[in-house]
Amino acid sequence: MTTTSSAEHHGSSAEHSRRDFLLIMTGAVAAAGAVAAVVPMVAQMNPDASTIAAGAPIEVDLGPIAEGQVIKVFWRGKPIFIDHRTKKEIDEARAVDWHSLPDPQSDEARVKQGKDQWLILIGICTHLGCIPLAHQGDYDGWFCPCHGSQYDSSGRIRRGPAPANLALPPYQFVSDTKIRIG
Amino acid sequence: MSGHSTYQPQSPFMKWLEARLPIGGLIHSSFVAYPTPRNLNYWWTFGGILSFMLAVQIVTGVVLAMHYTPHVSLAFDSVEHIMRDVNYGWLLRYLHSNGASMFFLACYIHIARGMYYGSYKEPREVLWILGVIIFLLMIATGFMGYVLPWGQMSFWAATVITNLFSAIPLVGESIVTWLWGGFSVGNPTLNRFYSLHYLLPFVIAGVVVLHVWALHVAGQNNPAGIDAKSGQDTVAFTPYATIKDAFFLACFLVVFGWFIFYIPNYLGHPDNYIPANPQVTPTHIVPEWYYLPFYAILRAIPSKLGGVTMLLASIVLLAFLPWLDTSKVRSATYRPLYRQFFWIFVATVIGLGYLGSQPPEGLYVYAARILTAWYFIHLVIVLPLLGFIETPKPLPRSISEAVLRDGLPIGASGPVPARDKV
Repeated sequence: MTTTSSAEHHGSSAEHSRRDFLLIMTGAVAAAGAVAAVVPMVAQMNPDASTIAAGAPIEVDLGPIAEGQVIKVFWRGKPIFIDHRTKKEIDEARAVDWHSLPDPQSDEARVKQGKDQWLILIGICTHLGCIPLAHQGDYDGWFCPCHGSQYDSSGRIRRGPAPANLALPPYQFVSDTKIRIG
Repeated sequence: MSGHSTYQPQSPFMKWLEARLPIGGLIHSSFVAYPTPRNLNYWWTFGGILSFMLAVQIVTGVVLAMHYTPHVSLAFDSVEHIMRDVNYGWLLRYLHSNGASMFFLACYIHIARGMYYGSYKEPREVLWILGVIIFLLMIATGFMGYVLPWGQMSFWAATVITNLFSAIPLVGESIVTWLWGGFSVGNPTLNRFYSLHYLLPFVIAGVVVLHVWALHVAGQNNPAGIDAKSGQDTVAFTPYATIKDAFFLACFLVVFGWFIFYIPNYLGHPDNYIPANPQVTPTHIVPEWYYLPFYAILRAIPSKLGGVTMLLASIVLLAFLPWLDTSKVRSATYRPLYRQFFWIFVATVIGLGYLGSQPPEGLYVYAARILTAWYFIHLVIVLPLLGFIETPKPLPRSISEAVLRDGLPIGASGPVPARDKV
């Protein structure tokens, strides 16, 4: 709030500085008030308590998933691929020189220790967000029909416009046959 | 008081912009250099307060609209979702609901100022009528907003108020069906009230622009009710009026804050925390406090069409105040007889408000009829007559004379404040 006075100042310089002090203090309090008023307006657009509660971690029982089967669950609105890999798929993923891949990452880094057969990925193509199709493409992995990106049996990008490997969600094993995602 | 702009842009950017869209000059001549009577008191700060409250209602309303669902099965729960889940949702909701009350409080004080000081008189008739239009739009907006939470009071207020239109002869029932979008208040009604509740505040903002424009053509009225005659009678809007407005706005916000943070449900009705039940009417339906005087007038008249007509007339008559009041003197400061009638009128409106909150039984009915009669007698008989029979006090020669004595402000002991050239 600009309060430039067009009047000439009469009076002593003590009057001047008192007025200046009062104007500066008023301006400072008004500015603090404006910031305080903006905070709730911006904060209300962040996820609310019910959305956060709906995004709480989920537990998935791995028992029913057969070897070679890929299932899809949803967490926080995103598709999660749970892939019970065959030995062939694991070997193929480890046979390649991963340093030469478009997004270099070893297969070991993408699974939990001792649980090589369980590949858990966020099923969103890193190109523009479509859901890739399982057991398709040239690399025994996933094929994204939107623009032709191809992922291998470790979910790593091999060919196509996608810039990065399929992302890993946060998860841990709560037992040998059950995981908690989130 | 519109003349050539005295705005001299300093920065190269402002010079460039001013030559293409003179908004800097407009703001300067309207809110910086604008000549303001030097004797304005704090009753004149409520126009600025009202503009601020309109902005508050629009901002909090738009933000609430991000979380509200306008469907009969979801509306009530969506409001509870706002209160419980949305970050600061409780604050946004209470800001908006108590903001409406504060908006009407400021509006009534603003109207009272106009009536006391004769701000509706020539040449400010159009300014006044625009104000009445804004008031009517506010009433409509507030009513529709209250329906949205879909509580018991929301639903039954919607039923009662829309049923008012059935009093219109011949086409009344069709109009009500058309308003409802069905055979009773239901989902179509709620949806269209939501749409219109979002729209009308922007219509209000447009009429407020016209209202301020009309004001700036004539210039402010002032407590003495006499025109500013020279540069001595006025000061620049900034910093004097700006600081005065800001100060009283801060005081007003303290009151606003008191409600929001300590007694946020005091002005509301507990029955609106019960989800709407079309099968059960609450024992005492009352509107929010700001509609109570008009509600009392409506119920005081025994006939259905009569009640609706008088309800409308009680507000529409206000538009005719510039012609109903025949006195040549503007300000009640110099009208000793009118001043007494003014305060009786204020007491009447407050009394009607109280009676509107009570059940329409026994003594309350008689009292409401007497006060309703006086409301209209004041406007239609007292005001026209007073102009002829009252002897006003002698007017000061100028605003400066009214507030300065021997070159000093009356009651001051320090040096004379600088005189601003306009």
